[in-house]
Amino acid sequence: MIHFINKAKYYLFHLLGLSNESTDEQLSGAIDSTRFVVLDTETTGFNYDTDRILCIGAIVLQNGVIPIQESIEIYIYQEHYDSSSAKIHGILKGQVSNTKTEIESLQAFLDFLGDSIIIAHHALFDITMINRALERNGLPILKNKTLDTGVLYKKTLIKSNLLNHKDHYSLDELADKFDIPLKDRHTAMGDAYITAIAFLKILKKLRDKKEITLEQLFK
Amino acid sequence: MKNTISHRVADFLKNFPPFNFLNQKDIERLSQHISIIYKEKNAVIFSENEEVHDSFYVVHKGAVTLKNATDNDILDMCDEGDIFGLRPLLANENYKMDATAHEETILYAIPITIFKPYALENPAVGNFLIESFASTTRNPFSKNHRGKLYGDTVESSVETETKLLDLQPVKYSKKIISCTATTTVKEIAEIMTSKNVGAIIVVEEMLPIGIITDKDLRNKIVTGEFPITTTAISIMTAPVITYPKKMTITQAQMAMMKSNISHLCLTKDGTVNTKVVGVLSKHDVMVALGNNPAVLIKAIKRAKKIKNIKPIRARIMQLLQGYLDQNIPITLTSNIITELNDACIERVIEIVLSKMQQPPPVKFAWLAIGSQGRREQLLHTDQDNALVYEDVPEELATETNTYFLELATHINKGLFQIGYDYCPAEMMASNPKWCLSLNQWKNQVHQWVTNPGKTEVLLSFIFFDYSLSYGDAEIVNELSEYIFEIIKANPTFYVHLVSGALQSPSPTGFFRQFVVEQNGIHKDHFDIKKRALMPLADAARVLIVSHSVKSISNTPERFEKLAELEPNNKELYLACSYSYKALLKFRTKQGLLHNDSGQFIALDALTKLEKIKLKRTFKTIKELQELISIRFNPSKIVL
Repeated sequence: MIHFINKAKYYLFHLLGLSNESTDEQLSGAIDSTRFVVLDTETTGFNYDTDRILCIGAIVLQNGVIPIQESIEIYIYQEHYDSSSAKIHGILKGQVSNTKTEIESLQAFLDFLGDSIIIAHHALFDITMINRALERNGLPILKNKTLDTGVLYKKTLIKSNLLNHKDHYSLDELADKFDIPLKDRHTAMGDAYITAIAFLKILKKLRDKKEITLEQLFK
Repeated sequence: MKNTISHRVADFLKNFPPFNFLNQKDIERLSQHISIIYKEKNAVIFSENEEVHDSFYVVHKGAVTLKNATDNDILDMCDEGDIFGLRPLLANENYKMDATAHEETILYAIPITIFKPYALENPAVGNFLIESFASTTRNPFSKNHRGKLYGDTVESSVETETKLLDLQPVKYSKKIISCTATTTVKEIAEIMTSKNVGAIIVVEEMLPIGIITDKDLRNKIVTGEFPITTTAISIMTAPVITYPKKMTITQAQMAMMKSNISHLCLTKDGTVNTKVVGVLSKHDVMVALGNNPAVLIKAIKRAKKIKNIKPIRARIMQLLQGYLDQNIPITLTSNIITELNDACIERVIEIVLSKMQQPPPVKFAWLAIGSQGRREQLLHTDQDNALVYEDVPEELATETNTYFLELATHINKGLFQIGYDYCPAEMMASNPKWCLSLNQWKNQVHQWVTNPGKTEVLLSFIFFDYSLSYGDAEIVNELSEYIFEIIKANPTFYVHLVSGALQSPSPTGFFRQFVVEQNGIHKDHFDIKKRALMPLADAARVLIVSHSVKSISNTPERFEKLAELEPNNKELYLACSYSYKALLKFRTKQGLLHNDSGQFIALDALTKLEKIKLKRTFKTIKELQELISIRFNPSKIVL
């Protein structure tokens, strides 16, 4: 299990052009004053090469506050469409009227994101999807630091040989453990919201054990 | 920015005043400017004399306590959908009280600049705000209301209490259970039983023509005066005494006393010529009047939904606080509170069972383990439980296990909803390891006892303190018999039990000073659970198991039993029992004071007397540990 996390971490950091050991000044700030962007994407499927992002939902989280006004939900117009994934995200081709082109969407997203720390559930997938889209459009890939609620959640679990922990915890499982309503599940923004609340609850659990710094969250 | 979340916020707000007076479009516009705020338990939202924020708050999930900062009196508790922190914003003054999150809470912060135009434009919104400001409290938990419950209050608070009752509108049941004049008495009794009510209204074209209560059934049917086939019209009490629905608690009480009746029929205009809108029973009045165990038990038993049990649990805590304030013996207090907590758990299980697709395939028992099993859990803590069910033939094993796991998952979730946190070590019946058939449990215990490693001893410690919360006592009994047998056959197990019991860290250091936590969030706090309560509980368990005493799992009771069984150690055991109770009380008080589990105590906040009292118990702990380490010395146990 640990092996897997390290491996995933390695790829993630490798992908983002970051070193695992990075301790620059951004991480020296307090958790409460840091601007996090919690995001989720809805895609046509799971293939990094052929599938496309249909929607990016992202919200700002700072000091336990989520200002609704500062959130974005971008629907992207895509030529590629896979009707089999429609039953998950419910986005029908041509049904959403206010779509933007991929390049416009990415630009809007990058402006919104700035240099904030990204939080996502199973972040590797969302970040890779976004990076592939950036590459296709001739834009540099994301350099932001990233936290994965799937990984962080596992830190809250008691380490004991009596317990068999899973390698992966889905967003549904987290929501169930933390009693977060599953309304708007499988919309980009709804999932981003669930992820944000889950992150706050994980943070609380970790802090209950021991005061924790931003830097430690990345370890 | 209008989006999925702002829609969700609008959907929530539209159910609560004053937002329900706004039209959908306005609520949606308002929602786009809201911030969602997460507050940990006990986090401060604002404090007295603090300058006002630019927003007021609506509770989305959780609860918020409004407190008077100087005397720490609870002024109000805000629940889902309640607004607070608005008056100072409109009056342009500093906050007049403290607001803290009573539990983990999610708030919506609504900027006053956005909201104000709606309040000014919309008269309904304005009126609601004026009204809610006029009544400073509307809450049964508030200071005024609490005063009377324990009898020994100062006069002034009794006065405010009466005033408050005069003003408080009654809460009556709006679901009217009714029948017609031609319904047979047998059917009526069936309806009343299934709906769990004490009275039924006889109606004709929506108008009340009579009422039948439990008393009527007893006096007229059971006596043989009328046959069971008779119809409503011949035994009902008519005409019905009716009242308007806008009654205060005091008025309702007076009305019942005046006519010597237990149920009031409320109609639209208060006469028999209009529609029935509700029924008010003596019980409803009792519930409104206050907290006493009998009323609370009844309220628990009547709860139809799990979420209705949560507020009752809050009242149980009020009761506990009162008992401690009045210095009522901890044994009595602990018995009553445990009884009430058990009733909550039982009710949760009943509700879950009624919602399952099928009834349980075989008999089962729901066990409380750990401190809950020892019946020493006064405060809200984690849930620890296990499930045991009757053995089934091989071919049904999987199916049966699946059923009980599903049942346990729902029960664990239900308990979570009423305030028992999930056990971080997953010692819960929804964990497949803690949901087994009787035979599987026997094998499990056999394994623990015959291969006692560190973890096995720990697990058996937790498990051996079980007590039955719900279900079949026979199965549990059989399991207990088995445990004693197997331990008798494996005396070496005692050695492990004892070394486990002696492992708890010592409460005092070399110079008899308290040993405090060295690091972590509780640095410099004294861990009363690990260093004082656990050593006693662990030792009591070893000793009681060695005497093969069944079905006493409470630690003080175990010591009392031991005093009876070993007269030569009577004094020590009684001292242990006393110490344990004193420590438990201490912990409970600390927990209520800080709204936590009371496990970690800040020593500098204690008085000298309290410290002396604590230290006195440590001497007893030491003596007891010496006794067991000598008695269960490996060399003395015949292998």
